[in-house]
Amino acid sequence: MAKIVGGLTSSHIPSVGNAYARKLFQDPYWKPFFDAYPKIHTWLGEKKPDVAVILYNDHGLNFFLDKMPTFAIGAAFEYNNQDEGWGIPVVGTFKGHPELSWHIINSIQAENFDLTTCQEMAVDHGFAVPAQLFWGNPDENQMRFIPICINTVQHPIPTPARCYAFGQALGRALASYKGDEKIVVVGTGGLSHQLDGERAGFINKKFDLYCMDKIVHEPEELAKMTTHDLVLEAGAQGAEFILWLAMRGALEGQGTVTKVMENYHIPISNTGAGSMVLELT
Amino acid sequence: MSTEAIEVEIPGTVMFDGNQAMKGYALNKMCYSFNGAAAREAFRADEEAYMTSFGLNEQQKQAIRHRNVLELIAAGGNIYYLAKFAGIFGLSVQDVGAQQTGMTVDEFKAMLVKQGE
Ligand SMILES: [Fe+2]
Repeated sequence: MAKIVGGLTSSHIPSVGNAYARKLFQDPYWKPFFDAYPKIHTWLGEKKPDVAVILYNDHGLNFFLDKMPTFAIGAAFEYNNQDEGWGIPVVGTFKGHPELSWHIINSIQAENFDLTTCQEMAVDHGFAVPAQLFWGNPDENQMRFIPICINTVQHPIPTPARCYAFGQALGRALASYKGDEKIVVVGTGGLSHQLDGERAGFINKKFDLYCMDKIVHEPEELAKMTTHDLVLEAGAQGAEFILWLAMRGALEGQGTVTKVMENYHIPISNTGAGSMVLELT
Repeated sequence: MSTEAIEVEIPGTVMFDGNQAMKGYALNKMCYSFNGAAAREAFRADEEAYMTSFGLNEQQKQAIRHRNVLELIAAGGNIYYLAKFAGIFGLSVQDVGAQQTGMTVDEFKAMLVKQGE
């Protein structure tokens, strides 16, 4: 049977894509952010997952307001990263795992979550930046990827509770797959930030640290928040934290969760940037 | 026509809900097109014709002419699509943040750093 080795989180700030391409790992501005990732690479080197399910939000590359799915999953052989309009480097094509995608779709649908299935899906920085931070550019690794996109663009977005429950259904789907894959589940985005309005530049360190603490052993506390709570405390785009909660849901009930490492730094771009490794045993 | 507002307002924040999505559809659709290099070129070549081809209303056109993010949001713009418009002019999210908060870019960046202390 397939095995979930754990969960990862990472902010997916677009300017990280530029900094990565320019190898600014030791630059004083970027170092407190990039320093987290070698520790994560060490953990990945030990656990050796071969499939990553990445929970992310599209920021207007693949989906537009003409059709805006709440939960969309890739079921393709490959996924292209493409031009997003403001000049971060295009990193190429990620390999998919359509057989596992369809297993997830069948399993989750049977639990009454209705998914939009995508046999073509361009993946933006929300997916590509974390994938690059963890595994390098797509031509530098043998990983297979499954993108799951959750709407954070247009309200009403799914509630924290719904995303946490969705994650739990995802965890059951992965654990019941009859392959010998080792799977890591990735929650991306966040933490607190707001790009729009007079409140632009809002960051909430206290709230971010609270979330990073609670998500390890008391995620159900975080799942009690409303969307309004989340926008108020984390900022309009900090609502992306629902992606971290979905990741955490996938670990729940699948074993013992242990925090291996965490990192938090303000600011990267306009954001409180966080990353974590949660191991499942 | 209007849909139910979600909840109490958060100062300085416009929830991009059904009302905003309806109001801003043409504007956001134009900005979404800027994912493509050819669309960015077409806009640069003739802004007025490009805006008209997407059916922007006068409020939206004015906000585009002014390069004013708060006006664009008031006209129904969604920040994720507006970012692609800002990208045409090489503006970062700090530039956009500074403009909306009435700060210089340096003041805005200092405000970001301060929140980490
Ligand atoms: Fe994002």
